[in-house]
Amino acid sequence: MAQYVGQNVKRKEDYRLLTGNGRFVGDIRLDNMAEAAILRSSYGHALIKSIDTSKAKDCEGVIDVITAADLEGKVQPFTEFVEFTLPPNLEKDIKPIIKKNPEPMLAKDRVTFVGQAIAIVIAENRYAAEDAIGLIKIEFEPLPVVTDPYESVKAESTVIHQDLQNNIQSHFEVSVGDVEKAFNQADHVIRARIKTPRVSGNPLETRGVVAEYEERTQQLQVWSSTQVPYMVRSYLSKLVGLVENNIRVVAPDVGGGFGPKCAVYPEEIVIPYLSTKYKRPIKWIEDRLEHMQSTRHSRDQVHDVEVAVKNDGTILGLKDHFLLDNGAHNSFALCCAYNSAAHLRGMYRIPNYDITGQIVLTNKTPNVPYRGAGRPEAVFVMDRLIYMIAEKLNMDPVDVSFKNFITPEEMPYDTDLFYRDGANMVLENGDYPGSLKQAMKIVGYEQFREQQKEAREKGKYLGIGFSSYIEGTGIGPHEGAVVRLDSSGHILAFVGSSPHGQSHETTLAQICADEFGVSPDQVTVKAGDTSLLPYGVGTFASRGAVTAGSAVHVASKKLKEKLLAIAGEMLEVAASDLELQNGKVYPKAMPTRFVTLQEIALAAKPGPRCKVPEGMEPGASATHYFVPPTVTFSSGFHTAVVEVDKDTGFVEILRYIVVHDCGRVLNPMIVDGQIQGGVAQGIGGALYEEIIYDENGQLVTGTYMDYLLPTAMEVPVVEMGHQEFLSPRNPMGIKGVGEGGAIGPPAAIANAVCDALKPMKIEINTLPVSPNKLRSLIEEAELQEMH
Amino acid sequence: MKETLVKVTINGKEVAKEIESRWLLSDFLRDNLGLTGTHVGCEHGVCGACTVLINGEPVRSCLMLAVQADGCQVETVESLARADGSFNHIQQAFANNHALQCGFCTPGFLMSLKSFMENNPTLPTDEEIREAISGNLCRCTGYSNIIKAVKEAYALNC
Repeated sequence: MAQYVGQNVKRKEDYRLLTGNGRFVGDIRLDNMAEAAILRSSYGHALIKSIDTSKAKDCEGVIDVITAADLEGKVQPFTEFVEFTLPPNLEKDIKPIIKKNPEPMLAKDRVTFVGQAIAIVIAENRYAAEDAIGLIKIEFEPLPVVTDPYESVKAESTVIHQDLQNNIQSHFEVSVGDVEKAFNQADHVIRARIKTPRVSGNPLETRGVVAEYEERTQQLQVWSSTQVPYMVRSYLSKLVGLVENNIRVVAPDVGGGFGPKCAVYPEEIVIPYLSTKYKRPIKWIEDRLEHMQSTRHSRDQVHDVEVAVKNDGTILGLKDHFLLDNGAHNSFALCCAYNSAAHLRGMYRIPNYDITGQIVLTNKTPNVPYRGAGRPEAVFVMDRLIYMIAEKLNMDPVDVSFKNFITPEEMPYDTDLFYRDGANMVLENGDYPGSLKQAMKIVGYEQFREQQKEAREKGKYLGIGFSSYIEGTGIGPHEGAVVRLDSSGHILAFVGSSPHGQSHETTLAQICADEFGVSPDQVTVKAGDTSLLPYGVGTFASRGAVTAGSAVHVASKKLKEKLLAIAGEMLEVAASDLELQNGKVYPKAMPTRFVTLQEIALAAKPGPRCKVPEGMEPGASATHYFVPPTVTFSSGFHTAVVEVDKDTGFVEILRYIVVHDCGRVLNPMIVDGQIQGGVAQGIGGALYEEIIYDENGQLVTGTYMDYLLPTAMEVPVVEMGHQEFLSPRNPMGIKGVGEGGAIGPPAAIANAVCDALKPMKIEINTLPVSPNKLRSLIEEAELQEMH
Repeated sequence: MKETLVKVTINGKEVAKEIESRWLLSDFLRDNLGLTGTHVGCEHGVCGACTVLINGEPVRSCLMLAVQADGCQVETVESLARADGSFNHIQQAFANNHALQCGFCTPGFLMSLKSFMENNPTLPTDEEIREAISGNLCRCTGYSNIIKAVKEAYALNC
């Protein structure tokens, strides 16, 4: 019975976090702990001719200075992340070229981006470590730098990694239907170059690692601010040559992740290794300036796209060629790039589709997935096209959308391509036209058009813009849960998915509480610790609720069955005649004759008093690994209402509306919080945030004074509408929600700005829509009008 | 390195410590006194996560040296809960309104708001609340629930 699932249960995480009792990795202090600081490359591309660490080593309080030479034979270099390699059928279908492009732990004879780690100082404290950093002498020989992906792909470009022959690291093509035929039948072909720039996820807590090695038992304990503790454990084992079971990786309280903490970084391997070498606990906490340079960036795609349409707005086909500028390395196979290809058509029925993606290397920080992971880029392309089609045909953009939606009657809808997990990409359910209608109703579309006219007469420029998304969420391969009845009668749920703000301790407790008929207060959820269960994956790709939620749900059911069987033995009643409610098990016919969960827990222990039925293992615990058949498809419609100051180019968001479907809602307050937070990040990408490198590969936006994160002054209260189409792909009908909020804002806001300035022909095909860029566009358009 | 004696009153308790004069107040609080509730987010005075109160005024503890706090009253997030461990009105309102997700930036917001509410005893407008918290960055919540929580904190404080 669902008593707690679907309710606004208050968060169990909050007490410690509100009283200053959280424990983030930087808060960990151990006896005899040393601290590390890292010297990073100040060059975008250079040879390292020599490194002199002698003065640094003599510095007061310094224990040692480590360079690449010290790691040789001790720590293997990274290989690609096998977790992200393609399934064989997908590989056969798209026949990609993917060149292995692993990253060194520390740069040895060459640096390829500003911020790359070169040397590590271990000292008695961070101040002493930083003093020594300043005394390391490196002789560089600068090399030609390439920062423009279009320059990078040219035959004459400097090659960043000689062994790859050129800077094209990956290439793939996806083809559906007959795109040439579609273009031959078109009344119009619209072409555009649409760019989503490089941004940085910027969790408020930077990265950090603490490692402690206990020689006596050969146990290595690592705390890391990561989204994927099991992945950290696995690579530590492989690359340092340790028994995996002797490593425990804990993600304690983690101050946001958003994708950048979903990679395994050199520091997460080298710092633990050094703790085994020096037999001391070692701590390294990244500072924000290091974070801007060395924590992975994201997005950075340029699409050259063509769309074939009929006079009535029907889209016949779409061709796209895009570059993803991945910086100096790519260890994530086609992750974001293929996501873009798979999601680009979104909610629209486009039967003929060709897309070619190339991952290109430049002298920048490597890219990894960030909230949305290839989808915001794709949506920015698709929904700008919808707007351009409307412009061309003098239609209302919403009518172009209605014309091309996949309808509820067509569900489940086969997109004719494979998803990244190798399954056929089939949208299972949803009502996309209904979603747009709901958004139009909330915003009051007809009234808005009236207001817009009136405002224009007073010289005010109001605009409305829409964007839509679908998102494959809850990707596998698996996530597990152990649910256990403690001897005290308290229930414990352990999961492999590792939270960093998503509220696992609350939502998973709600799922568990409902199965056992207890309050969530009687359930403790533990996560982010590889000692809890043997296998785990992590929290990313909107997968926590779908995968860990389903695992907890099924494991709870399994344990409940077992508890009823034990109670049956205790009460001498058939288990099927028993009911579990309020922490007690009793015969349905006689609720006064009961055993408590605590009594059942005692009766589960092995020994003469054991009441576990024959054939079952003693103990009050159940494990389930949920292996999703494929992803579930969340979806949503975003609507932005803006006012543009034509003289300054300043954009103010007046209203922002999201209508979304994430299947079964576990906790509405938490779901709404995910959406609101996602939209804030999306607004950042739409209006403020951009990672900029100059032609020498120097990071221009390396501080919070130049990389602008939205504050409370810039983010409106998002108005929300909900759809709840339960997914048939997991037992509770959950779809993921973490990323959706961040996917739509760039397209919705850009479209709204274009709408506000109509009939002026403004094409916003690059982000962010900053005042200076918008003013330039307005000036250009005004000049064109004059001629 | 030469150390200087610093005497401060932290959360009502007098503390005297020898410390290198270059140590930041944030590091002093966290590393020397174990008050790790004050978080360090950017170390260049923008994000506001390290906000503490010095003589009642909000200050970014990453931009102040510990020696500069000599003779001052310092309040950190650890001082907010009541003696019995229960939430004060701002903490309670944050919990009621899901005004935190990862919770890393939260201590800074709580300290900024403590000072703001003391200096502005009557319920401010939404715009005033936004301005009051605009020196604190939050990357998770999108701020709307924090604004709701501030309004509720005023109601709880009546």
